[in-house]
Amino acid sequence: MRALTDVETQTLFSKLANYTGRSLTQLIAPSDSTGDDDDRHVFRLHESRVYYVRLSIANLATSIARDHLLSLGTCVGKFTKTGKFRLHITALDVIAPHARYKLWIKPNGEMPFLYGGNVVKAHVGRWSEDCPEHSGVVILAMDDTPLGFGVTARSTAEARKLEPTSVVAFRQADVGEYLREEDTLFTT
Amino acid sequence: MGPGRRMKKQGPPATLEELGINLKRKSNVDGPKEPAKRRRKAADHGPKKLVELDRTLRNEQLPRSKEGVSSGKDKKNKKLVNRDAQITVPPALLAPSDEEQEEEDDIDAADISLDEISSSQLEDDELAQADLDQEVSDDSVFDSDPDEQPRRMFSDDEDDSDAEAQLTAANIEGLSRKLDQQQAEVEAEAQQELEDAALQTNIAKDEGVLDSVAAQGLAPDLALIRNRMTETIRVLGNFSELADKTKSRTEYIDQLLSDICTYYGYTPYLAEKLFSLFTPAEAFAFFEANETPRPVVLRTNTLRTNRRSLAQALINRGVVLEPVGKWSKVGLQVFEAPVPLGATPEYLAGDYILQAASSFLPVMALAPQPNERILDMAAAPGGKTTYISALMRNTGVVFANDANKQRAKGLIGNIHRLHCKNTIVCNYDAQKAFPKILGGFDRVLLDAPCSGTGVIGKDPSVKTSKNERDFLALPHMQKQLLLAAIDSTDHSSKTGGYIVYSTCSVTVEENEAVVQYVLRKRPNVKIVDTGLGSFGSEGFKSYMNKKFDDKMSLTRRYFPHRENVDGFFVCKLKKTGPMPKNPGHLDGAKTADSTTSAVNGEKGSALGLEEGAKPGDDFGGFDDEEDKHILERAEKKWLKARGLDPRVADRKKAAGAKGKEGKKVNGGGKKKTSGDKTKS
Repeated sequence: MRALTDVETQTLFSKLANYTGRSLTQLIAPSDSTGDDDDRHVFRLHESRVYYVRLSIANLATSIARDHLLSLGTCVGKFTKTGKFRLHITALDVIAPHARYKLWIKPNGEMPFLYGGNVVKAHVGRWSEDCPEHSGVVILAMDDTPLGFGVTARSTAEARKLEPTSVVAFRQADVGEYLREEDTLFTT
Repeated sequence: MGPGRRMKKQGPPATLEELGINLKRKSNVDGPKEPAKRRRKAADHGPKKLVELDRTLRNEQLPRSKEGVSSGKDKKNKKLVNRDAQITVPPALLAPSDEEQEEEDDIDAADISLDEISSSQLEDDELAQADLDQEVSDDSVFDSDPDEQPRRMFSDDEDDSDAEAQLTAANIEGLSRKLDQQQAEVEAEAQQELEDAALQTNIAKDEGVLDSVAAQGLAPDLALIRNRMTETIRVLGNFSELADKTKSRTEYIDQLLSDICTYYGYTPYLAEKLFSLFTPAEAFAFFEANETPRPVVLRTNTLRTNRRSLAQALINRGVVLEPVGKWSKVGLQVFEAPVPLGATPEYLAGDYILQAASSFLPVMALAPQPNERILDMAAAPGGKTTYISALMRNTGVVFANDANKQRAKGLIGNIHRLHCKNTIVCNYDAQKAFPKILGGFDRVLLDAPCSGTGVIGKDPSVKTSKNERDFLALPHMQKQLLLAAIDSTDHSSKTGGYIVYSTCSVTVEENEAVVQYVLRKRPNVKIVDTGLGSFGSEGFKSYMNKKFDDKMSLTRRYFPHRENVDGFFVCKLKKTGPMPKNPGHLDGAKTADSTTSAVNGEKGSALGLEEGAKPGDDFGGFDDEEDKHILERAEKKWLKARGLDPRVADRKKAAGAKGKEGKKVNGGGKKKTSGDKTKS
């Protein structure tokens, strides 16, 4: 387990900023950090996975040997072998409260989305205005439960003209993966 | 999650009666099967044709039967006659001819091809009923006696069949009366059999029966065994009055145990172990309860929602549920769910987890406080860990350890799904790793790996898979784990210093005996109240001839037949001070224990027990402890130095050592030579 290098930090933050926008600063240094260093949250890399964890916990975890440590805090995603960063569904906890663009889906669209489908226009309950094309969006149920995230297929303005069956957002991760990808999600 | 096939064995005693009747009926039913089929064929074609056919048949058949010829063909024809009698056609007395017979055969063949084309449902039904009703008369007709034939024409039989064909309200009364008579006969026979069976349940007489059954290698009669079990239990409940004076109590108990083994499929060893925990009646209830599944319970994740809104959300999906009981504020018991509970959007969003009611209890006993450091020594699949995390509101830190990497995967999944952010998941053998890598925990939860005798309802393989060895090896491991748990705890913690030990087993060896052992080994811990109130029953203060700590009554036991949760044991310990002895001793004793018993398995753990028992009498004798420590140290050194099998006698060991040394020398020599060779 170690802190991220500059390059890794850059890759990770640009990815996260896709979804959070400027609120990323909130993630890195919470506003209520009144000098108490232990309550600060940090990113830690362990076996190509990045964990978002409270500093005090990260410090405690140093006493666990590398091959015995399986997870700490919240897993955000992993670096691929080519050096790109891939967000996992477990990161939803981290990005959902700071999401910049949001998309709510109707109850009848919940199950298709949780089974891994993209979001079609007919299922959209409401969505953030002024959302550009190909930007990260957090997808929620109508009762504000985060269900996953993805990228928009069209800008909000363009999407208005679309027919109901066309895709407005491509799925990247959904909570259904806890069941579908149970075996692969947490293996290194 | 339907009830298993197992459950179907438990018929009430009435099945025996049914069996008896069934046998009788079978013989009756078998007879007319053939004619029924044929009749149907005949009936399937149009009524007009039938009339013709009938006429011809009758004409041909009558004189033939008078002649007393009984060829195969003839018989067939007779059958046809009889069935045709159902269709109300008056018999016309015409002379028979061979041609007609041939013709008839042709028609018969044609009939089969015509099958079902012109069939009407009504006719079918009527015939089917007639089949049932007519069995007996059919039988009588098959006996083609020459002198019986004319009688048939005017006899009851004839009337009978005609009447059946019409099935009018007037005739049916007489018919049913006749049937009633038959039924009465059958029932009388069945009653007789039942009485015989009742006699058999008398234990004294019945042994022979069972033996003979066993000797034949037949499946035992379960209903009979069940009857006998209830009877034995009744006798054992009031032995002085009800018992047969010639038999001892042990004979009754042996009988009951063997019955339990046969009926429920336990190994005799396990059956006796479980039986001896209860009174006979309660043991029976326990074994019964193990055959039925426990209710499905889910735990609300208080990090995300509260019980009321979760219940509302699930009710909207058609789930029938109610709070699990007064003892828990987060549990919901599910009665009926039209949707898979492990795949609802609420589940995936982490609003709840499916968790057995019994596994709430150790966490409630642990009562974790915010900002504490907590260790869960055997965490997978994470129900308890996430509960701890939720109770701490994601503050502090929870170490979730599991020795099995495969199971840890599900643990990580659950932790993330339920939004727990204060966990560290590691994969150590808890027995050795803690407190070596990290100690000073405020609270430690040890839900020890166990034999699973409390969850037989969930995993029936326990019935047969656990043997004597398991019940020596498992408690040994549990003792080691609990010692490690105690050593990892910070006694000076302001808020904590508690250890909770729990198992999903009901045996005393894995529960009270383990706690008793660590109380002896660690004088700085004491049993405290679990805080679970009056829910559950008290732990045993004595068992067989063992006496346990007085405070053992503060521990809690749960049984499937009493609380309708999995069998469970919860004990809360408080560490009051540091180890009074030097840490070197502690370490040495532990490692010595583990090495000896690891090497010689059964004997080692047995030794461990005795060891614990001896100093327990006069604990606090500082010298004894010191001596033992030195002895153990020495033994360990000796073992390490020689690398011997300690099971063989001392002399032998020495001899073996010599042999080994010789071998070693030899090996060295070989090496040298080979080295030389390569060099050269």
